[in-house]
Amino acid sequence: MIRVVIDPVACDAYGFCAELLPEAITLDEWGYPIVDGTPLPPELVEVARRAARDCPRRAITLRERKARG
Amino acid sequence: MNSTALWYATRASGLTALVLLTLTMVLGMTTSTRARARNWPGFAQQEMHRRISILSVVFLGIHVLTSVMDTFVNISWAAVVIPFTSKYSGFWVGVGAVALDLMIAVFVTSLLRERMRPATWRAVHWLAYLSWPVALAHTFGMGTDAGEGWVIVLGVLCGLAVLAALGWRLYAASRQASARTAHASVPGMPPKHIQLGGRTKVRSRHG
Amino acid sequence: MGSASDTLPATKRYRILGHPTDLAGHVATLGPVPLPASSLRVWREGFVSALEASGLPGRGGAGFPAAIKLAVAHSAGGRGVVVVNGMESEPASDKDKLLLLRSPHLVLDGAQLLAAASGARNVTVCVPLDRDHVATAVSTAIAERAGTRHAPVPETLARPPSRFIAGEESALAAWLDSGASLPAFRPDKGMPLRIGRQSALVHNAETLAHVAMIARTGSDAFRAHGLIEDPGTCLVTISGAVENPGVVEVDRGTPLIDIVQRATPHQAPQALLVGGYGGAWVGPEHFATPYASLSLRAAGSSAGVGIVVVLGPDACGLMESARIAHYLAGQSAGQCGPCVYGLPAVADDVARLAQGRVDVTLMARLDRRLQEVDGRGACRHPDGAVQLVRSALRVFAADVRVHAAGAPCAHADRPTQLRFPTLPLTGGA
Repeated sequence: MIRVVIDPVACDAYGFCAELLPEAITLDEWGYPIVDGTPLPPELVEVARRAARDCPRRAITLRERKARG
Repeated sequence: MNSTALWYATRASGLTALVLLTLTMVLGMTTSTRARARNWPGFAQQEMHRRISILSVVFLGIHVLTSVMDTFVNISWAAVVIPFTSKYSGFWVGVGAVALDLMIAVFVTSLLRERMRPATWRAVHWLAYLSWPVALAHTFGMGTDAGEGWVIVLGVLCGLAVLAALGWRLYAASRQASARTAHASVPGMPPKHIQLGGRTKVRSRHG
Repeated sequence: MGSASDTLPATKRYRILGHPTDLAGHVATLGPVPLPASSLRVWREGFVSALEASGLPGRGGAGFPAAIKLAVAHSAGGRGVVVVNGMESEPASDKDKLLLLRSPHLVLDGAQLLAAASGARNVTVCVPLDRDHVATAVSTAIAERAGTRHAPVPETLARPPSRFIAGEESALAAWLDSGASLPAFRPDKGMPLRIGRQSALVHNAETLAHVAMIARTGSDAFRAHGLIEDPGTCLVTISGAVENPGVVEVDRGTPLIDIVQRATPHQAPQALLVGGYGGAWVGPEHFATPYASLSLRAAGSSAGVGIVVVLGPDACGLMESARIAHYLAGQSAGQCGPCVYGLPAVADDVARLAQGRVDVTLMARLDRRLQEVDGRGACRHPDGAVQLVRSALRVFAADVRVHAAGAPCAHADRPTQLRFPTLPLTGGA
């Protein structure tokens, strides 16, 4: 279960992540990304890795979260 | 390959590399945060910037290769990377060597970006701002085609493009600095509460 | 409000306020701090189990269990630092200042106990730059203890800047590390704070006072007060429209209105602000709510930092909330876009509402902004502001309807009943 986590200190609102992953990331009125923390559908994981790698501020990480049991 | 063919190849690839470098610069400088329209494909622009920079390095490589292979003029491999050591037209080849060294630094650090501190990568990438004018100077300083009308026009266009991009970049930075909603005045609050006017987001420490 | 321990002699009754200030008096009344005598391991087991049994949560606002925090710091390896958070950046709170002025030895004892339990090599007390009188009291206490058996680990005083955010624990650790009071993004709460390579155990001053008392009296004495799910006593600063503002020590679970009565409100309160400027308003229907985390949350508020501000009937709750929102917006550390841009925007909307300068989009816009700002900073600063504003819209709903129709209320221009510190314009970072 992979989730997108954004470091708000590093983020500088380039918006590339929302461009690549509009299904999971939207931008607020000031251009900063909103993620809802729900797990990514498997077909989006590859694109998410791309977004994380190409974020100019390295603000995105993909985290493995075990389902709460 | 005869010397004349090499000579044409050197000049053609050099001019092409200059144009591609200019394009790379413009694409890089006009990527900015928050000051562009919401629907602008910033990521795609960033990709173009990267790919065109690779192309410009390829043409630069051809330019260097053909100029060394050309036996009509004596430019050694060493002179290509160590500035101002060429026996032929030492000074302006040296200027070219400076541009080449800078571009190599930018290119290599970008390939190895994942492995270095972001602040280091950023600092080296800024050298690109230096490599472009140096490359332009080398192009016209070498003198070979500098008198040709179309080459002059090309040079001027490249110059204007970079200046326009620079102007846009400065404008975007100033807009970011003043992006703050106007406050309705709140009675009963000593004004010294609000730390500063024109609050901007602090530059990320991550570089 | 009486509890079983009221019949005990003064030395056995659990309380953290009211003990002698000087070292000799402190030791005479409470006995020496029970630091390890022989076997560290045996002592440590006893101390940790007392702490766990007590269920003591942090009293700095986050309420994180002290025993767990100790375990996290201890597992990060010893040789760390215990930091006494005496910053008390919450404008409406005075409890930590009071503790450090009147019972500094109790606080320092708590720090020494945690240092012994975690293997820390140093205790650093942080008092902000604008509180020289507190700093002097702490220095005096440190000097009294230095080199004695009361202070096996060296104790030092540090003076960070006075900004609101500087009291946040990761910002405090960052200041001690690099001189910049910037909160850290901590998605993984299980990781300890660090100062350089050392682990840092940062605790609110009141929490440490409780640690020192529990170590002496045992967890049962602590649990004899309060509720099963929220035990012990705590310090609450009462301010606002009252005759006798000040700090009181109350059992957890005491009804809010009983706490407030101790400060003698001028008139029946219109509303109470509980938990801090990043806490929440409570309306009259909830004045009987027990002062405890779960009960307050059920009433739409939160325990947060121990404060209650009484809003008198002749005040505009929305305007006061606008002032708080502006204050909080100005106190952002400036690291995260949603906080830097979102909080001023929210504050602006609330101010417009309070002044009756409403357009058709305002309420929906404010709602959306609150939703978008919540939880999107590195620290909880924007969350607090959102909670405060949301509670205002709920508790002062009648006023919202009046203002939304375009009329400001009669009290909007009254001077504020709240406290706001003034900052120099070139305030320290």
